[in-house]
Amino acid sequence: MRKQHWQSFGELNNTDAFKQSVDNEFKEELIVEDDNKGFLETKAPRRDFLKYLGFSTAAAAVAASCEMPVKKAIPFANKPEDVVPGISKYYATTYVQDGDAVSILAKVRDGRPIKIEGNDLSPLTAGGTSARVQASVLDLYDTARLRFPSIDKNEVTFEKIDKAIAQEIANLGGAPIVILTNTIVSASTKEVITQFLAKNLGSKHVTYDAVSYSGLLLANEASYGKKSIPSYRFDKAKVIVSFSADFLGTWLSPVEFSKQYALGKKIDEKKPEMSKHIHFESVASLTGSNADERFLHRPSETPFLVLSLLNAINGQPVVGIDDKLKKSIEATAKELVEHKGESLVVAGSNDLHVQVIVNAINEALQSNGKTIDWSSTFNIKQGIDAEFATLVADLNDGKVGGLFIYGANPAYTWYDSKKFVDGLKKVKFAVSFNPKADETTLLCKYNIPDHHYLESWGDAEIKTGFYSFLQPTIYPLFKTRQWQDSLLKWSSSSIDYLAFFKQYFIGKTGSETAFDKALQIGIYQAASTLASAPVFILATVSTASSAIGGYKKVTGTEIFLYQKVAIGAGEGTSNPWLQEMPDPITKATWDNYLVVSPTMAKSLLNIDLTNNGQADAYEVKPPKHVVEIKINGVSVKLPTLIIPGVHPNTVGIALGYGRIKSLGKAVVNDNGEPNGANAFVFASYKNKTLHLCNEAVTLADTGTKYEVALTQTHNIYNTNQGNRTEIMKELTLAEYIKAPKEILEEREAEAKPYGGLSKFKEQGTIYPSAINERPGVKWGLSVDLNSCTGCGACVIACNAENNVSVVGKPEVLRGHEMHWMRIDRYYSGNDLDNPKVVFQPLMCQHCDNAPCENVCPVAATNHSSEGLNQMTYNRCIGTRYCANNCPYKVRRFNWADYSGSDSFPNNQKEVLNDVVLNMNDDLTRMVLNPDVTVRARGVIEKCSFCVQRLQAAKLTAKKESRPLVDADIKVACQQSCPTNAIVFGNANDKHSAITINRVENPNRIFYSLEQLHVLPSVSYLAKVRNVAEEGEAVHGAESKHEHKEG
Amino acid sequence: MAFLKRFSKSLFLSLVLLFSVATTFEVVAQDGKALFSQNCASCHAVNKKLTGPALAGVEDRWPDKTKLHAWIKNSAAFLKTGDAYANNLYNEYNKVAMNLFPQLTDKEIDAIIGYVNTAAKEPTTTKPSDGDTAAKGEDADNSLLFGILTLVLAVIALVLLQVNSNLKKLADQKEGFKTPEPVAFWKNKSYIAMVVVILFLVGGYYTTKGAIGLGRSKDYQPVQPIYYSHKVHAGVNQINCQYCHIGVYQGKQATIPSVNVCMNCHLAINEYKGEKIVTEEGVEINGTAQIKELYKYAGYEEGKPWDASKAKPIQWVRIHNLPDHVYFNHAQHVKVGQVACQTCHGEIQKMGEVKQFADLSMGWCINCHRETKVQFKDNGFYSIYEKYHADLKNGKLDSTKGVTVEMIGGTECQKCHY
Repeated sequence: MRKQHWQSFGELNNTDAFKQSVDNEFKEELIVEDDNKGFLETKAPRRDFLKYLGFSTAAAAVAASCEMPVKKAIPFANKPEDVVPGISKYYATTYVQDGDAVSILAKVRDGRPIKIEGNDLSPLTAGGTSARVQASVLDLYDTARLRFPSIDKNEVTFEKIDKAIAQEIANLGGAPIVILTNTIVSASTKEVITQFLAKNLGSKHVTYDAVSYSGLLLANEASYGKKSIPSYRFDKAKVIVSFSADFLGTWLSPVEFSKQYALGKKIDEKKPEMSKHIHFESVASLTGSNADERFLHRPSETPFLVLSLLNAINGQPVVGIDDKLKKSIEATAKELVEHKGESLVVAGSNDLHVQVIVNAINEALQSNGKTIDWSSTFNIKQGIDAEFATLVADLNDGKVGGLFIYGANPAYTWYDSKKFVDGLKKVKFAVSFNPKADETTLLCKYNIPDHHYLESWGDAEIKTGFYSFLQPTIYPLFKTRQWQDSLLKWSSSSIDYLAFFKQYFIGKTGSETAFDKALQIGIYQAASTLASAPVFILATVSTASSAIGGYKKVTGTEIFLYQKVAIGAGEGTSNPWLQEMPDPITKATWDNYLVVSPTMAKSLLNIDLTNNGQADAYEVKPPKHVVEIKINGVSVKLPTLIIPGVHPNTVGIALGYGRIKSLGKAVVNDNGEPNGANAFVFASYKNKTLHLCNEAVTLADTGTKYEVALTQTHNIYNTNQGNRTEIMKELTLAEYIKAPKEILEEREAEAKPYGGLSKFKEQGTIYPSAINERPGVKWGLSVDLNSCTGCGACVIACNAENNVSVVGKPEVLRGHEMHWMRIDRYYSGNDLDNPKVVFQPLMCQHCDNAPCENVCPVAATNHSSEGLNQMTYNRCIGTRYCANNCPYKVRRFNWADYSGSDSFPNNQKEVLNDVVLNMNDDLTRMVLNPDVTVRARGVIEKCSFCVQRLQAAKLTAKKESRPLVDADIKVACQQSCPTNAIVFGNANDKHSAITINRVENPNRIFYSLEQLHVLPSVSYLAKVRNVAEEGEAVHGAESKHEHKEG
Repeated sequence: MAFLKRFSKSLFLSLVLLFSVATTFEVVAQDGKALFSQNCASCHAVNKKLTGPALAGVEDRWPDKTKLHAWIKNSAAFLKTGDAYANNLYNEYNKVAMNLFPQLTDKEIDAIIGYVNTAAKEPTTTKPSDGDTAAKGEDADNSLLFGILTLVLAVIALVLLQVNSNLKKLADQKEGFKTPEPVAFWKNKSYIAMVVVILFLVGGYYTTKGAIGLGRSKDYQPVQPIYYSHKVHAGVNQINCQYCHIGVYQGKQATIPSVNVCMNCHLAINEYKGEKIVTEEGVEINGTAQIKELYKYAGYEEGKPWDASKAKPIQWVRIHNLPDHVYFNHAQHVKVGQVACQTCHGEIQKMGEVKQFADLSMGWCINCHRETKVQFKDNGFYSIYEKYHADLKNGKLDSTKGVTVEMIGGTECQKCHY
């Protein structure tokens, strides 16, 4: 059964604007200023023409006749034994940011880290990464990093600042020092803090996380007597139920969970089975979009829902929720009960009582010890909101003498930041160790910037007994110092942190050799102490349920504050790669915005998306309505995006925006105004925890409009041959079991005019010779749409590996984004408010019968004997014929000199955004991969299958005189993928993973737009959704569509 | 009888052969100099104390040859025998143990000693060889001669044409035909047209050639901070290229040696005693002074122990520049392709200061890729090209021609541009 997939409302309704846009050959806007006149009508075009002609001739003559510059070749003075120039080394280290920790390898080329890869040896993440991990290497070269220790913003030496702070500490006169940090995952750092506290009696350490898990921690303390978070085993769960826990995107340990989740979603064709994921949420999230079934509810309904679920599981009547939700809760309970011991329920709520009920549900389902593992608990989120609230009160009461701040940024992230700022002013002295001039650091007298993690020593005890090490991969770029060193110094320790860290872990590992080995592989696991599963304290359930019984029902509009996968709670805001990565759900870049449902759009904005003309007036290009959001007198104005998958009475805003200028060019627009607005102001503090939701929201259309750079329809293409409906294939598990060959038959039907699939390759063309022989290697890639969660790690990995340019918001608005890889988001289904979502990563398909190749007038793009669709930049003259002829729209044109490779420096100052020019700073350019050409203006570029890696892999095999094996080669997107959705290799090799992938999945494999006979080298495995009902009714739009075709 | 004669003849011949083989053995054994420079020269000189003692008169100091052999092969083991002289020597040289040479045979050690003996007697003199310069005249360019010849012929042709037309004119006058007034040849349109065409062709040829040549720098031979002679190092002293250019088998860059690599040898070799070095311009180079120049970069003062941390890198002028959009990997060519250094760098072992040998143009690269055979049978990687292996077997592919780089895709864009 074929489903209608749609990317935009225009496509759904087949509106006029949509039809026009897909027929438009040149969709991208020209970069020159539009003066509303044609070239020939403008004033004196002939003279201009002669001017340009004269200038370019003269410039070419000057540039060409210049003497060749004398270049120097400067070798090492003393070459380190294990460094060979031009050969990359990989060092195991750990990405640590705000409590998140992922074991990684840093690829170091000639002394500078240029790429992050996952560490395959980590039992938690097993080589997986996230977009933020991938982008973190760019933060190392951030021009906005603080470059020296300072007192009152003036540069000082370390000696001077140490002396000044020692003096301050001496002058405290018994007033306590508070060390305010975000979650410290490092065991040795905790020891350093303990030592410091021991020297300064009365002092304490307060942990504060911007997005805290206090509710969960406190609930576990109440239910199990342990204030910690257990390990979850999504891979062992047959039924997963989540209440707003975005565990694939931002909740707790998304990389690890994605890995586990995808294991449950892998389908063996011979025995089709997969886990079922039911998601309850208020605002569309990455995890909700991946769910088999998603139900929408108000944020305030969460407590009632979990309580109902508990009742339903225990066979008690479900009361107090509306009928639609009641039905879904009962169905969910049925599924869960059927899979006792194989199910898992998680909740993202920060409400203690909700989490206690969730614990009770998991107990009732016998999950404890099966899908919930208490033998190893998480260390990555330890902040307790109430402790920080107490600190804020203490600060205001003048009870705190000195404040040391590391990682935390409450002046931005605390809901009542004014109160914190007021309190901060009352301390005798404040020291910030934050690496950038963030909102809190600017208020501190002293600043000793910390190293970037790639410059640091250290460890991360991600789970109890599981250590991941940090080692420096580059000499510190600036006058920075690890904050542990500062603490050690001020507690008059005789050793520095490196020695301390080494001593600490030699003690743990037993010997220096064992420590060195652990450091080399980056991972150390202490012998597990098999703690017995803690006993559930039943009494807390009644307390929690009676507390929930006392909650009031909300009737007005509610707000839900969410984290974007790339930006988080603000960790990614200053990173241009992350800012330009289209959000998986909204496909928007560079901004935050108010997210509303199509239903609310009708009442709030007067936009009815099912109405042809109104949808066009809203969609993509037109500027968006700016709405004023007001809660308790606090107001914020933001543009509005209409996103299916949002509850009609709830609106959402992403956290992390509205930052100050000093964080870098990426957080502000060209006028110096912040991108987006701070949404933390809308958080509410109730029951001793901070809730990222609120009630009593008033919304008002301001009447003004604002442009949001959306990419969702930039790459739409329609022809009579290749209709968009067929770019995706999706079916339900029920359908699949009933008719496993459905997709195969569909493909067979498409290829019927050419004698079926077996003859399609030869018969589908009048040029059979175009399908060349591939004597040695034939590269192939496969994407399992069932595993792909759309997280975007691959997009950023591709940016880093292939020197893909950042173009800035104005250019994205023009449709000029340069990503070689994009993740298309498709909706399907009847319910406009809650459609199904499918993600499809799309890169160059390396067609064997490529339509782009035969239209190039200069043969700049052609085919290799290994099946690569080659792009030769220095041949390209920029006609863009190839991009127009590409059915997948994956070719990108360099409209401007984004990468600063032009021979005339600074000539793009007027044309490009500041952030793009900032990417061409000498410091930022250190991140460039020297094996990949930096493209100049006026050429087309696209995915090359990481040809530099392919060449390197072949060379390794040749040097060792052996055939190529899978282990030699991992392309960047494949390496970064946390779910192993991408498989790459030599399709000519019978034993390669790619061949096995294709042979073992004959019924799910499909090629995008196969009927065009372009013969792509990229295959997809169809998405299978585990839903009970057998497919949805044919969508109205499809009949419309078929009508159009007919 | 005839048989006997034939037999004696062949016997004689085989004797001659045997003798000549024996003499070659002699030659090998006598190659003490090479053995010396390979094994000993980094620590010993003949007449001078370096890391180890001067070797002149070593036989007198070690009357027992077997002891000397044992000492050289394994000094550490020999010390343990408690030999007084050896132990004294060891202490005298600050207990720096001599390297072990278990691979040297007694014969080879004798050859080295033989060389030491002869070298000790000869005062170090350098004989400049005149052989090279003598041959130079022969290579003189003949194009000037041809040019003059062409010009003379052209003038003669012109004169003859003129004479011809004059004669024709006279003949016509005689016959009484009226002929138009002759046009001077510089006004003659056909002459002008001819000249224009020639100028256009010649000018066009040189313009095109010049334009193609822009950015190419064949024969580029910049002056380097130190006169480093490949001829002395790779040529005369037979140092393996890879000793200094360590990256050549491993990766993209062959790598220019760092100062500490130079100092590996030049801690010991502090003066130049080879043949006189003369640049192509005829300037004589003082080799020893160049070594001292190296010491300046290394921060080394003779006689004192060297502190490597004081070294500063030498800023060599880069000769071989490929454009940024070209990827070239040395390991691919040298290790995998077994291409000799000289194929691209010319006879580097004969160069004083290095000169760019090839124009490094794309045409030059492609041409080589078309002609060069890959190590198809020897390298296990190519086993995946099953079809070619089959074709070679059944004769579809000419096995003498083999599989060229082009056949496995070596002329495709993304082999070098990505």
